[in-house]
Formats: sequence, C-alpha cells, structure tokens
Amino acid sequence: MTKYKKACFIKGSLQRLRESYDQSNDMAEEVKLFKTLSSPFALRVDWALRLKGIQYESVLEDLSEKSDLLLQYNPVYKKVPVLLHNGRSISESLIILEYIEETWKQDPLLPQDPYARARARFWAKFGDDKVLPSLWTAFISEGKEQEAALAEASENLQKLEGELNGKKFFGGDNIGYLDIALGWLANLITVFEEISSLKLVDGERFPLLLAWMEFSDVPLIKDCWPPHDKLIPRFIARRQVYRMKSSST
Amino acid sequence: MAKGGEVKLIGGWPSPFVMRPRIALNLKGLEYEFLEEKFGAKSELLLRSNPVHKKIPVLLHADRPVCESLVIVQYIDEAWPSSGPSILPSDPYDRATARFWAAYIDEKWFPSMSGIARAQGEEAKKAAIDQVVEGLSLLEDAFGKISKGKPFFGGDTIGFLDIALGCFLGWVRVTERTQGLKLLDQAKVPGLAKWAERFCADSAVKGVMPETEKLAEFAKLIMAKFRAPPPQ
Repeated sequence: MTKYKKACFIKGSLQRLRESYDQSNDMAEEVKLFKTLSSPFALRVDWALRLKGIQYESVLEDLSEKSDLLLQYNPVYKKVPVLLHNGRSISESLIILEYIEETWKQDPLLPQDPYARARARFWAKFGDDKVLPSLWTAFISEGKEQEAALAEASENLQKLEGELNGKKFFGGDNIGYLDIALGWLANLITVFEEISSLKLVDGERFPLLLAWMEFSDVPLIKDCWPPHDKLIPRFIARRQVYRMKSSST
Repeated sequence: MAKGGEVKLIGGWPSPFVMRPRIALNLKGLEYEFLEEKFGAKSELLLRSNPVHKKIPVLLHADRPVCESLVIVQYIDEAWPSSGPSILPSDPYDRATARFWAAYIDEKWFPSMSGIARAQGEEAKKAAIDQVVEGLSLLEDAFGKISKGKPFFGGDTIGFLDIALGCFLGWVRVTERTQGLKLLDQAKVPGLAKWAERFCADSAVKGVMPETEKLAEFAKLIMAKFRAPPPQ
C-alpha cells in the first residue's frame, strides 16, 4: 500500500470509529430518577429499572426545598418519584412502572395474560388505596383510632395473604409488578414494628406474607433499601408530628 | 357471543364508573349482558364477584371477575386487541400521559366535584367550586396538548382518557343545574366544552349516558339519604 493510500485508509477508519462512537452516544438514553432516600414509591422505580438492567442516574430531592427541575417535571403534584427519559417526564410510581415495562421489553414485570394483568393492577391499587393508609394510620395513631386502624390493616393483610396462595412471589416464580408495588411492606413493616412494638405481620396469621417479605433478601432488592438507621428517626419524627397535631385539636 | 366466553357487566345506570366499561365495550363492538344492581341492596353475585370492595362495576368474562373501572377498561382493550379501535394509545409515553390524567381525575378532580354538593356553608361551597374550576383549567390545558387539534383526547376516536373524564359529564350537568353554575364554560374551557358535546353525541356513549333530568332526580334521592338524620 502506498503512503497516500495508507493515510486515506487510516483517516477512513478513524472517521468510521468516530461515527460509531457518536451513534452509540445518541443511542445511550438519558434515564434519571428523581427520588428521596425514604420514599417507598421511588423505591419501586429503582427496583424496576434494576430488574430490567437499565442504566440510570438518581437525583436525590429534599422535599422541604424542592428543586426547580422537580417542579418543572411534576407541576401537578410536585412529588417524587419522577422518571425522566430522554427529556420527557413521567410521574406516579405505578404509571412509571407500566411505562418502564412498555419501553424496555426485556425481563417482563407483568404477565402476558390480560386477566392476570388485570389482577396484578387490581391488587397494586388495593395496596396503595387500602393497605398502605391502614398500616400508616395503625403506626402513627393512638388509642381507639389505632385499634380501629389495626383491625382494618389486619383485614387488608389477610386479603394479600390470600392472593399469595402458595406462590413464592405475587408474580409467581419471579419478582414482578405486584411484588414491586407491594415491596414497601417488606421494609416498612419492620420499621413500624420496631418503633411501635406492634406486631403487624405475625407468622401465625400471615405465614405466606412473612415468607414473601424475605424477597427483600434478593441482592438487587436489598441494595436499594434506605439505610435502616436513617429511617428509624425519620419515622419516629413523623409519628411525633402527627400525635402532637392530634392532641392539640 | 364475545370471543372467549360470555361477557356480563354488574352495574347501575347512574354510576359514572359503570359507564366506563360500557363505553369501552361499545367501542369494541362487544355484546354483553347488563346486570343492573338495585339501589341500596347489593346482590349475591356482586358480593361474590367483588368480595374486596363490594362495589360496581364488575366485569364478568367467562365468569371471571375483573374489578375497578379503569382496570376493567384496560382489560377490555387487552383481551380484545383486534376488535374495534385501540382504547389506549400505542406509544408508551402517550399511554403514561393518559393514565396520569385518568388517575388525577379519579383522585383529585372527581372528589372535588362531589365536594361541591357536600360543602356546608357559602364559604366552603365557593372553595369547592374554585377547586373544580382549577382542575378543569388543568384538564383544558392537557386536552390542548394531548388531542393536538383532533376531536378527542384519544385522537380521531374516543380513547382511555376521554372515557375516564367523559363518564362524569352527566354529573357535571346536574351540578351545573342544581348549583346554578357554568362549569364547562365556553369562555373559560372552550376545548373541553366542545369536546363534551362531541363525546356525548358519540354512538358509543349516547345509549349509556343518563339524561340529565333522570340523574338530577336520582341525585335528589341520594342527597336526601345523605342529609337524613340517623335512624333512632
């Protein structure tokens, strides 16, 4: 090869290399998750992204001083989590889960069958509308209010126990949408029980649920838990605020 | 008969939530048996089919129950993918947007609507109305962005978000009449005002949207029950 041809060849190769690098940079998607350390809703998004092997950046928000970006991306609720994908924002954790599922098709979180999908969505909504509020109230309230909330929480947990029905996970053999949606139970229950000395999920009434709560030992899940020692004081403080407000009315 | 088995819907004519799956089934051209619940008494079938919430609507497809109106609408879309138009948009971001506003309507906007009738005193009533008007303004903005000049949130045909919001139009009209308000004001929410007319005139909606008069009578009944002193 002449010197000239060699030079052209090298130049051409460098050009192609540069083009393929530019292309892969374009294809590298921007995925950002706006979250707080303790938000169980943001945790769902962390898990979903990790289960699908998606690269993303976490942006920690201070809810007492919300960033301009958060207010811009979630003007209606001004809350976390918010997923930012290639400049477009998606809010509300369960909606984000469905978006992730539909955008990145590997390692599906929802079953294929429409009826099974409907069931998963139904129970996820039940978790948010009924289980979480009743457990939260059982944790922060006192006296008669607490008694009533505990009774309701037990009833709700019993329904979840029934839905597990001998399966390892709500999703069957693998962690799925409903496990992620209810996953906060596996951590917060322990926190609530520690602070309040209540026994919310005991092995006698809820053997399946207790066993399921160990899905949090899966490294992918465990790595995302907020530090226990930070959560305890945070929730003690929130309970304090609620009890002070109630006693002053 | 619908593909894969018989379709039944447990519901009641005044319920906007029941209207949602009815519109979806109509859009898909699916036949179904409407099992009307008697007001004030829940049937055995309902209690058996929805033991968790004991509420309507419940879709029974080959005797398998699906509960929660928006879960049902998505189920209808997924179980009969090749019948009629798609109810949810095809793009994931558009789907997320439709779901977001549907959730907003259920969690914030409709509760604020029912807040008007429940408000005690002039001040509370004004605050409730202001909330609804604010919500409508957000939805007007959303309509502009989502419809992109087309007749519906879903584009050329009624979609998920049209159904999620449109089912409340009967109740909006009743509220306007009983409270002497104009909520779907052409001047304030022109996009939504025109959309509402189109929605109510659509063949998938016409037969299941209750007449305002009938709904107003029903509203009086439940308000009377609501305000009635507790039994001795």
